[in-house]
Amino acid sequence: MKRNWNAWVWAGFGLTLFSAFSYILYFVRFPVTRDVPWVSLLLFIVAVWLLAVGLKRAYGQPEQYRGKVSGVILSVLSLSLIGLFCYGLLVLTKDIPRSEDAPRAGQHAPEFTLPDAAGKPVALSELLKTHKGALLIFYRGYW
Amino acid sequence: MCNSELRGFERALNEFHARGVEVVAISVDSNEDSRKLGASQGYTYPFLSDGKAEVIRRYGVLHPRGGADGQDIARPAEFLVDAAGTIKWVNLTDDIRVRARPENALRVVDQLTLDAAR
Repeated sequence: MKRNWNAWVWAGFGLTLFSAFSYILYFVRFPVTRDVPWVSLLLFIVAVWLLAVGLKRAYGQPEQYRGKVSGVILSVLSLSLIGLFCYGLLVLTKDIPRSEDAPRAGQHAPEFTLPDAAGKPVALSELLKTHKGALLIFYRGYW
Repeated sequence: MCNSELRGFERALNEFHARGVEVVAISVDSNEDSRKLGASQGYTYPFLSDGKAEVIRRYGVLHPRGGADGQDIARPAEFLVDAAGTIKWVNLTDDIRVRARPENALRVVDQLTLDAAR
């Protein structure tokens, strides 16, 4: 008897890939899905469930379903990718200095003059002459 | 590369300007990089270049060798400064992914205005 293609393990693997890349390429753009990547984590849970069902079929009903080898390989790959994703989430993005020397609220803001994108110098003191305040956003940059 | 914070402040720029607050972005990027970034994303607030990270150091927000090629860059940080030059609010995230949201900064601005009027 011809055994069935084990679509479950492939779907689980595909969903894992989709979840990881959709976060990096899409969901990271929106604070609500960026700060806590709940969409990606939900998709991972579904993916692991698909893989588990696929493996159960491959080993429980080997006369009907294929995927004993491919199921294990795809599961290991998927779990590795999920692990890598969680490592990035929990460790890599938190790898920033604590900046304990940064001036605190109540202290005077250090004066500066820096060129803008057109090369025109902009001084904090000049900005504050014409504004009620300034919000300084330091960002990592694009190098 | 994650642009969501800077985009969010661009969208909320009118709200800041209505309150008399200018938004200023600072990084080690060159003028040329800032110009390209501004052109591609439509940013209208000033992007200042601190190529040697002098101001970034002065504000204590250097991330040594934090860049992709090991350059010294700024860690994400926000400072709200009032007209007298006093820092009113500091936001130092402990996670690169989790950034200041414009609505939080606006709430702080409104709170300050309320305090001043009291």
